[in-house]
Amino acid sequence: MAESNNQSAETKLSDVHKRIKAAFETFDNAANNTVDVREIGTIIYSLGCFPSQADLHDFIAEVEEDHSGYIHLDRFLPAMTKVLLEHKFPPIPKDLLLQAFEVLDKDNKGYLEPEELTKYMTQEGEPFTQEEMEEMLTGLADHERNVIYYKDVINQLAIDPDM
Amino acid sequence: MGCGVTKSDQFHKHSGKAVTTIRAAVLIQRWYRQYVARTEMRRRYTWHIFQSIEYSGEQAQIKLYNFLGYLMDNFTPSSNERNLISHIFRENDICRDAEWERYFCYKKIEVPEIYSGPHLTFPLTVEQAVGLVEAFRNKKQLHSRYALQLLLETWKLLRMLPNINRISTCHSKEITICGDLHGQLEDLLLIFYKNGMPSLEKPYVFNGDFVDRGKDSIEILLILFAFLLVYPSDVYLNRGNHEDHIVNLRYGFTKEVLTKYKMHGKRILKLLQKIFSWLPLATVIDQKVLVLHGGISDSTDLNLLARLDRHNYISALRPPKKRNQSSASTSMDSDLDEDVWGANRIFQRRASLTFPKPLGARDCFHNRSLQDFSDRIKVNVETELEIRRRRRSAFNAVMKEPETETPTLSFDSVYSDNAKEEWKQILDLLWSDPMAQEGCVPNEVRGGGCYWGPDITEDFLNKHNLQLIIRSHECKQDGYEFCHNRKVLTLFSASNYYDVGSNRGAYVKLGPDLVPYVVQYQASSMIRELTVRQSVGRTERSALKVLREQLFAHKSDLICAFKKFDSENTGVVSLNDWASAVESVMHLDLPWRMLRCQLVTRKTSEGMIDYYDWFNELAIIGPNSDNIDQSLLETLYRHRSTLETIFRIVDTDNSGFITMEDFRQTWKLLSVYLKMEITDEAISDLAVTIDSNQDGSIDIDEFMEAFRLTDKKSRLERGRSMFMGTATDLTKLEGDPNI
Repeated sequence: MAESNNQSAETKLSDVHKRIKAAFETFDNAANNTVDVREIGTIIYSLGCFPSQADLHDFIAEVEEDHSGYIHLDRFLPAMTKVLLEHKFPPIPKDLLLQAFEVLDKDNKGYLEPEELTKYMTQEGEPFTQEEMEEMLTGLADHERNVIYYKDVINQLAIDPDM
Repeated sequence: MGCGVTKSDQFHKHSGKAVTTIRAAVLIQRWYRQYVARTEMRRRYTWHIFQSIEYSGEQAQIKLYNFLGYLMDNFTPSSNERNLISHIFRENDICRDAEWERYFCYKKIEVPEIYSGPHLTFPLTVEQAVGLVEAFRNKKQLHSRYALQLLLETWKLLRMLPNINRISTCHSKEITICGDLHGQLEDLLLIFYKNGMPSLEKPYVFNGDFVDRGKDSIEILLILFAFLLVYPSDVYLNRGNHEDHIVNLRYGFTKEVLTKYKMHGKRILKLLQKIFSWLPLATVIDQKVLVLHGGISDSTDLNLLARLDRHNYISALRPPKKRNQSSASTSMDSDLDEDVWGANRIFQRRASLTFPKPLGARDCFHNRSLQDFSDRIKVNVETELEIRRRRRSAFNAVMKEPETETPTLSFDSVYSDNAKEEWKQILDLLWSDPMAQEGCVPNEVRGGGCYWGPDITEDFLNKHNLQLIIRSHECKQDGYEFCHNRKVLTLFSASNYYDVGSNRGAYVKLGPDLVPYVVQYQASSMIRELTVRQSVGRTERSALKVLREQLFAHKSDLICAFKKFDSENTGVVSLNDWASAVESVMHLDLPWRMLRCQLVTRKTSEGMIDYYDWFNELAIIGPNSDNIDQSLLETLYRHRSTLETIFRIVDTDNSGFITMEDFRQTWKLLSVYLKMEITDEAISDLAVTIDSNQDGSIDIDEFMEAFRLTDKKSRLERGRSMFMGTATDLTKLEGDPNI
């Protein structure tokens, strides 16, 4: 019994390693096991994690090589493995997300105006850049009414369970 | 607060309002950023899928060509298989202009009154060229009489051009450079719309790959040639690797011409073979900027390239014959076609048997039969099938085993060193790709040319006193990409190349300052309205569809691989083992673990995959095939393109039909090539199902259609995926919405 548990732990670890490597390699343009530090966020997100910007900064500080602008797989792999095995940046449950939107929707309209959302996203919390904001509005706004029906949006952009 | 803080209290609106708002904002920002990142990841691997399949297709074509060449060089004269394919290896004779002009004569072709397309008179005027563009925009077709005439004039002009065009910016403001167009007329029209048509004030350079894949290749050629004739000092064409009749057999151009020009298509194709061989190889602007289609290698020498006889290279995939071959070979060399020689057809084929025997170790294969040959080729095919990871392993392979046979073109000992050197120069020019690492290694992914590094670029530019290389050959998401410290610019002008929304196209404007100014665009207004998410989603669905079909086509090998991980025959494997198995069978350098969640949606309660069930889940249906051998069917699915290519080669009169006997021979050929057993009975079953009118001949198109795999899941989506089987699909597409 114990043996098969060990085995499955081993294979699980190997699986985690392979997933991390696969994600990493997608951004390893020079095929030399390094990626640009600016892509680390994307890699971590794509592995199913939901770190905040602050979390990302901390993570990067740990693994970056002397502000070279590059991160090597040798350092990324153990750090990322730990994150995954410990479920350090878990996904946001749908109902919590809904409540967050409802907080911003002060008049309880059931939707947000683009100006409202823009104000919050670019001025509060960990602000979006103008580019990020534009992308969000284009992506989420209803084509006809030009408002964001957040309940629908949350359902549409469902989180991937396998990751 | 108190200790009874529940989740809902986290956002209790009546306390700490400002803090709550911040918390809410952060949460939403985190969530959205994750979503954007996932989308980006999906976009990247979707790209990988298309590119992987594209390059492995190119490699397959070269392997096929190698195989056929090997057959040619080594088979007993009476071999049926050799006869089937010998015609594509017939070299062009040294110019016998009078005979050629007779063969290509358009004068006897009558233009019927009901013809509503443009009428051309020569010498061509700019109004006529512009009129031609308009006509094609309105979906008209140019009559074969005018097409032939236009091509003849083009041929005459091209023969006077040097191998390397040399132009300067001083007489005009800016030169416009366009990359691959691949038969996508709407992109050319879009470029002309945005930038204006070629003129004395608006010179253009078109950097190869005008044809194949897209459905309007011949129209693009006719437009480019028309402007070339009208403005010979302001329109420059470089040859691309697709300006090659061997490549055209697989990628759709041959088929397009034969479909659009049923009576004279063959002649048009023959003339185009000559025209392609006479296309210049490169263009140099202001002695500083080099424009060529593929790239360079560590041995590229512009002086050598300027001196060689480029028209001897009808196809870049085969070196030219030595001029001083025996006189017996001239009759073989002559490729005036059967129509003209009529009754002498049999004489023709026998005459070809005097092909001088190659020297060297391969002598001993002369009298061997096909069966013996298959043992020999088994080894080669096996090594060739080991496709390793693109850059890294290619590099390692060269370092470790310099003599290894790679799946690249082979040099025959018949050819002189000089010819070999020249040939390599041209091959490198048309097929190479840049890489990030230093050095120069053979391009095993495509099967021809090299991968060259930034150090090679540096040396080359210094040696020839240049400052920039502009090349095409590779599709880029933004339509262009700089590399090698911005000394190499890749330019690709076919937007939506892999599928609607996959990429933008771009062209470059170069003024006297020689600073490239890039203009991007994307054909199809439908795309502009899609959000990033939607367009990635669409392309992704397309890519996954293609991938599912490929997986299904490898079912038996995959099941074998799964069984290796499932020693107790439980019928399930872990997710990790699934990925390892798929990786080992498919030989596509893809991130299978990332794709896993898209390709496997059903898992057992323990998180394992029931692999038999998974094939059902792929939802791919084949034709009703109860009476047909399953492994034969699978071969068909897997090697569609190769099979179709061989059919088209075998179809010597380009009629679209082959005899039952040739059909059988084709399968025999394929079985040797793939080193598998195919019984006569199995072939007969196949043939019978498709020869519906029982007249002993088989319609190639009908055959390929009947054995198509379809994806149940996306039956409603007829996106412009080019990999839905073979090039057949390209000419059957619905038109895209106009610009």
